[in-house]
Amino acid sequence: MTNDLSRKDKTLGETLRSQGISRRSFLKFCAATASMMALPPSMIPTIANALEKARRPSVIWLSFQECTGCTESLTRAHTATVESLIFDSISLDYHHTLQAAAGHAAEAAREAAMEENNGKYLLVVDGSIPLDNPGYSTIAGISNYDMLMDTARGAAAIISVGTCAAFGGIPHAKPNPTGAVSVSDIIKDKPIINVPGCPPIPVVITGVLTHFLTFGTIPELDNLGRPKTFYGQSIHDRCYRRPFYDKGLFAETFDDEGARLGWCLYKLGCKGPTSYNACATTKWNGGVSFPIEAGHPCLGCSEPDFWDGGGFYKAISMPTENITKTTIYAAAAGVAVGVAVGATGRMKKASASKAHQKVTIDDLEK
Amino acid sequence: MTETELLTWVRGPGFQIATIIFVLGIMLRLFEILMLGRKANLAEAKGSEMSSGLRTVFSRTIPDASTFKRSAFTVTAGYIFHIGLFVVIFLFAPHILLFKDIIGFGWPALPSTVIDATAVITIITLVIVLVHRLRDPVKRFLSNFDDYLGWFVTILPLITGYIAFHRIGMSAPSLIAIHILSVELLMVVFPFTKLMHMFTLILARWYNGAISGYRGVQS
Repeated sequence: MTNDLSRKDKTLGETLRSQGISRRSFLKFCAATASMMALPPSMIPTIANALEKARRPSVIWLSFQECTGCTESLTRAHTATVESLIFDSISLDYHHTLQAAAGHAAEAAREAAMEENNGKYLLVVDGSIPLDNPGYSTIAGISNYDMLMDTARGAAAIISVGTCAAFGGIPHAKPNPTGAVSVSDIIKDKPIINVPGCPPIPVVITGVLTHFLTFGTIPELDNLGRPKTFYGQSIHDRCYRRPFYDKGLFAETFDDEGARLGWCLYKLGCKGPTSYNACATTKWNGGVSFPIEAGHPCLGCSEPDFWDGGGFYKAISMPTENITKTTIYAAAAGVAVGVAVGATGRMKKASASKAHQKVTIDDLEK
Repeated sequence: MTETELLTWVRGPGFQIATIIFVLGIMLRLFEILMLGRKANLAEAKGSEMSSGLRTVFSRTIPDASTFKRSAFTVTAGYIFHIGLFVVIFLFAPHILLFKDIIGFGWPALPSTVIDATAVITIITLVIVLVHRLRDPVKRFLSNFDDYLGWFVTILPLITGYIAFHRIGMSAPSLIAIHILSVELLMVVFPFTKLMHMFTLILARWYNGAISGYRGVQS
């Protein structure tokens, strides 16, 4: 079977069949993908045909300043779904965490894949790129920047997986000691799809991959380069706790009655209203749950600079700094200035009346 | 600047600056007025200044019959948008959280649908009020830039808040940032325009009541 999988001329359809995926479950996957990407049902046969005939696309996966959480998330599908088999069926030619090869052999695999599929391979990046000093993060002695620029040159498209690759993420958090930047900060001439999240939802990757295999293009993106089908709505708008927000019922602490009754977590700092992701609809762990369902406010991990958003447990409507102190000091200063201005006015008035000279008839007749 | 950075700025340094100008400006203007003082009244007092003054602060909230008859529209519309502003500003859960963060305590909120409807009514009323001001020759004659600026900075947070609540046109972080920014504009402009009436009306009413009380007549 391993040999089957590694045959590069095999189509996706053949791979799936060899894995024991029936035609029926394959079509179900196509229908689910079509509906997920908001495509009309008439597109299902197109998707099925395209996927059926698609040759295993070569994928090069580069990991830079990252924690491997994205790879963990994407590879830890706990059931063997068609989605995970789509993953299996791509030709992942380079991924330094997952590949068996190491050292020169690993780099040789990357170079071979780049040469063989020049202009056609997909480049997946997780992790941010340090610009301050190339020595902060290197692979086989090659700086992250050089490797990205070199590998991006022949890529058909780039998928930035995770918030670090998409927006700089945690390495980019203040004070950004490594000068970390996102992929889109330095690459301007390639189509880039941002799939942010810390980590991102696996199904989003398959969705993007399916779209690419079916249409040969990248899906419609929002202003931050995220596929609109998955990042089109805020967590807040799709949250099952939204009715509690609208009714004004909030958990005040993590263990009060409201928290036990599953009320809205806005007051506990939930960033759902400002975060766009599919967590509330596709959920995690095979649709089991998502952070808010588990009783924790959304951190907004799919948004740029979420780490510097003024505190995870401070509600969005709260100021990020201590305004009470500011108010007291400003009031005291206001009183002082007001009294000073008033006193100056009084003094002026007093000295003016003192200096006032009466005009007599004699003066006028002079 | 990314939209998250903008939102963080308006919630942080931006709000800080606006609060300083707002609070400092209000205190400065109030104490400037208080420092003016009054000339000693040489006539004999025929009643209490304090009780009459305090009573008038509240009693003037209700218009007398003749005023209402003369300008029923102004009074009614004025009531609607002032109550609307109170409800929208002080009874919306996220706003209460802001006050709680500053003064240390909060109060129950109204459902967001009620706030939403109130905001719409308030916006419409403010538009009607402006139209009336422009069409009424006397009001137009009495209006200057200060009045129109006051109207603009009052309606702006309502509109941006409504748009942010419904997430129309842009993404949420930008919309919320714009909303907070519009409030900060209101806060900065507030002490130096006629919007100061929110505080000075208390002084003015008290003084009106106090002179009547001193003379022993009804205010």
